[in-house]
Amino acid sequence: MRTGPRTFDLRRYPGFGFMAAVCLGLLYLPLFVLVFFSFNERRSVSNWSEFSLDWYAKALANDAIRQAATNSFLVATVATVAATILATAAALATTRVQRFRGLTASYAVINSPLMVPEIVTAVALLSFLSLIGLKLGVGNVMIAHTVFCVPFAYLPIRARLHGMDTTLEQAAADLYADPVQTFRHVTLPMLMPGIVAGAALAFVISLDDFIITQMVASAGATTLPVYIYSQVRMGVTPEVNAVSSMLLGVSIIIVSMAVLLRRKETA
Amino acid sequence: MTKVFQAGSAESVTALDEVSLAIRDNEFFTLLGPSGCGKTTLLRLIAGFEQVTQGNILLFGDDVAGLPPHKRPINTVFQHYALFPHMTVAENVAFGLRMLRRDKAEIRRTVETMLTLVKMPELADRKSSQLSGGQQQRVALARALANHPRVLLLDEPLSALDLKLRQEMRLELKTLQRETGITFIFVTHDQEEALTMSDRIAVLQAGRIQQVGTPDTIYEQPANSFVANFMGETNLLPAVLGTAERDMISCLLEGGAEVLAQPVGNEAAGSRVTLSLRPERIVLSADPGTGLAGRITDRLYRGTDTSYRVKLEDGPELLVYEQNVADRSSGMSAGNSVGVLIAPGAARILVS
Repeated sequence: MRTGPRTFDLRRYPGFGFMAAVCLGLLYLPLFVLVFFSFNERRSVSNWSEFSLDWYAKALANDAIRQAATNSFLVATVATVAATILATAAALATTRVQRFRGLTASYAVINSPLMVPEIVTAVALLSFLSLIGLKLGVGNVMIAHTVFCVPFAYLPIRARLHGMDTTLEQAAADLYADPVQTFRHVTLPMLMPGIVAGAALAFVISLDDFIITQMVASAGATTLPVYIYSQVRMGVTPEVNAVSSMLLGVSIIIVSMAVLLRRKETA
Repeated sequence: MTKVFQAGSAESVTALDEVSLAIRDNEFFTLLGPSGCGKTTLLRLIAGFEQVTQGNILLFGDDVAGLPPHKRPINTVFQHYALFPHMTVAENVAFGLRMLRRDKAEIRRTVETMLTLVKMPELADRKSSQLSGGQQQRVALARALANHPRVLLLDEPLSALDLKLRQEMRLELKTLQRETGITFIFVTHDQEEALTMSDRIAVLQAGRIQQVGTPDTIYEQPANSFVANFMGETNLLPAVLGTAERDMISCLLEGGAEVLAQPVGNEAAGSRVTLSLRPERIVLSADPGTGLAGRITDRLYRGTDTSYRVKLEDGPELLVYEQNVADRSSGMSAGNSVGVLIAPGAARILVS
């Protein structure tokens, strides 16, 4: 007879180990190879000679790479801040109000960038920006990134708000806090873990975007992924591996920081 | 005042229907009723979390019905305390005063006084999420009282505590109210809580006030069968009024047994009424010859008292509580014939 839910030992599933190994291998082996050959001394990404940091030094000294990296971080920072503010406002407007006609529709509208194929958004943005004649260089990229980062920031913030009891805000109002003070002293601090998670996600998504940036970016507004792509077309060198590895490193650091911050908040 | 939710729509719900209450200064006033009776809605209207559909709320003469919650000199102890989890105990207690822009020294002093008042000064620097239910309860009280509100609202604050703590807190709340002189408006569905703590009670049912009065008035002289039934156990007995004898009126129960009750209005002889007869007001005698003849159908030992079901001859079945003051178990078990004594005035005629 069964008593309550049983917990299964994963290892007793036939083929589980094999499937897991295949999946993990496909996911992480290429990354490992990429990082491995970024330390290669020779100009090859398939034949190992000896360990060296030359390609990192070269990449860091390359003006085009430095320009692209600066653009990437500038765009990601601006897009993250703008998208997080917009997403927070949107999350408040879709959870802290009386239910209204079209509330479900507004979720769909806010999250549409997740559903619309990226190439469609890219082409649409390109033609729209040229239609209205906006030529801000990196500014155009920032606007485009803000647009598609909103839903990534929105989802964790909304989830957090949804799980937050409104009686805390009522308690603040009861204790003489006006709506602005209530937001500043109660809603915002309580919402912080969601905001941190949303911002981290938006930053990483922006840092990594290629298709939209490729379409929207004019000369001089190149970001790292776009630069890497243009280099790869001329053949992969360990320098590209080094740049990619650094990008990977930055993403991992940001996501880990967000996770650690959230853990501290909940502790 | 009247409160209608979703007014004008098909789902409109009238939560409070022309409720009118006058609560006195320095009073421990309880809103009592089953869940869904509108007591919490009434509390939320007074706090300002809901807006009245019609009518007004006067606070010491000023109409506050149009004011948002943060502009009303009223504070609330919430059902689940609603302490700010990202703040310490002291920060929670200081919150209202900080919002009122009191000076720092005064805030520090008040926080200290309040935490001493609720007997937990040593926990000032704890995060509120690290407290037990009872401790959270005390912090919520201190936080609300720190602002010296004109009125303190308490929304079933004891319902989340275990029995022992609940009984302790009843006394403490009553003492706090007397010491601070603040008007307490207390919401509960627990009639025992209401009886033991309140100066006056308003019994609500289906958005209407059924009766307002002191605990003993509500218990001894319930206005209608809802109040009689909700305030503890009672026997509701259909009866026909007979003639008045001196200051009592004779009431005939089904089966012909006669009970004397105090007249409440000017009901005509022969009219049908309902009597409320509290189980503890009935006395059983082992001698079937005294009083009304009855037979015990069921007996339950309950510690301080024993509860009996007694069927009157050709009449209704009564619930009777007998205090276990002396050993009198002989002849008082199920199946035995007993005498049922109902003192004149023990039964109460209900108007509706």
